[in-house]
Amino acid sequence: MEEKEFLPRIIGFLCKWCSYAGADLAGVSRLKMPATLIPIRVMCSSRVDPLFILAALLRGADAVLVAGCHPGDCHYQTGNYYTRRRIALLEKIFDQLGIETDRLRLAWISASEGSRFRDVITKFTQQIKEKGPNPIKKEIFL
Amino acid sequence: MKALKISKSPDDAIKDLLSSLFEKQKIKGVFSLCYDQDYFYGFVTDKNLLNKLTPTAPVMPANGGKMLSRLTMLEPIQTPIVVVLRPCELRALYELVKLEQANIENLIFISFICPGVLSLKEIKGNIEEKVANVNQKQGLRECCRFCENFVPENADLILPIIDGENNNKTTIFIKTERGEELLQGIENNLVEEDFDSATLSSIREERTRYKEKTWQNIKTENFGIPGLIDIFGRCINCHACGRACPICYCNLCYFDSASNDTGPRVYEEELERRGALRLPSGTIFYHIGRMIHISLSCVGCGMCSDVCPISIPVGTVFTKIAEATQGLFNYVPGRDLEEKIPISTFKIKEFDELGEA
Repeated sequence: MEEKEFLPRIIGFLCKWCSYAGADLAGVSRLKMPATLIPIRVMCSSRVDPLFILAALLRGADAVLVAGCHPGDCHYQTGNYYTRRRIALLEKIFDQLGIETDRLRLAWISASEGSRFRDVITKFTQQIKEKGPNPIKKEIFL
Repeated sequence: MKALKISKSPDDAIKDLLSSLFEKQKIKGVFSLCYDQDYFYGFVTDKNLLNKLTPTAPVMPANGGKMLSRLTMLEPIQTPIVVVLRPCELRALYELVKLEQANIENLIFISFICPGVLSLKEIKGNIEEKVANVNQKQGLRECCRFCENFVPENADLILPIIDGENNNKTTIFIKTERGEELLQGIENNLVEEDFDSATLSSIREERTRYKEKTWQNIKTENFGIPGLIDIFGRCINCHACGRACPICYCNLCYFDSASNDTGPRVYEEELERRGALRLPSGTIFYHIGRMIHISLSCVGCGMCSDVCPISIPVGTVFTKIAEATQGLFNYVPGRDLEEKIPISTFKIKEFDELGEA
């Protein structure tokens, strides 16, 4: 039997004002990209509690993408600066615990950057494909 | 630094001082470690009960910072009181003030250069001998043995290290103007003296060596998921570490709430994915979650390790993670009230590489 190609499942937290609109634009522009992202719309990237990311990874998501407005462009003025610190903190903790940090990505994507959205998804998917499935899935008694 | 010499044991020196302060009506109460059948924190306003105080005994039945937060969260204590705390408890209290969980108005702090505290399981029966030999490191908390922040920075009065040897002479260093004001009209024979820096640096070196050895042994950076299961897999989910932690202040903890229950919604999904489920579930989620929540403010008091019923070295892992996350923002918890907790603030220019992927 032919082995099925591994298609990563990436949980994406997209901010309503920029990144979700950017994803929409990529859609209506019919840009081609791998169907790996499971988008979750949040009002601001700073709505993403680091626990959401941790829960997604522990429950077997292959990767997590957090996307928001470019620094300086946050709809709520400063939300994404807090996001950036939280992601830096989470990466540091993962790093110290020997958990792969490259399954977590932060990306700034504005509402007009449909093609950047496609590029980010395509590149991230490719990288996760190379890394293979999240090893947490193999731990039965987690 | 101005200092006061008293030819008595540290505990008696503090009690005598407090007694004069009560008499002159400079203070209305004292918050300190007490002993009456057992060690506990006491808030004492009756001068005749001062004999129950054991301010410097190497015991931490609870983190004093957290206990004071319970007293002062809603409003500050209305009259001046003296508070005797260890350096880590004082730092925890400062963090709790930043988190709007405590008020330090009217509190005058006495602290001391800390030799560490005994592990709670050592506190039974006659502990006098253990107390006297605390500098032998027998039965000390592991977190104390590698603690490098043993000199209190924010106290008004500071006592030198108390190791059971200097029983008849005590020096009280006056660190702040408030401390000097407190002593005015009570003690006039002040001398000029500084901490014994040679002793301090030799203690610091010893502890740094011990810390490096401990870090070497635990190697959290090699954990990965198997390592995490190895260390936290036997966690019984009692959440005592969070309860005892001074920084974990939420009365309604997310991890105790219904949203974190292993109901059908969760277990059916997990069973579909893995075909089996470990119970209690979510222990690794809990511990990493707590690292996210509190590691920036962790003062390394070691309460968490000490209350763990199955002896997981929670504090050892946490202090290591905390050192890394605090280093990321060059933050020292409890150093300065004006210094904001890193995730409650930001800089416009930082972590430029994040988000550009």
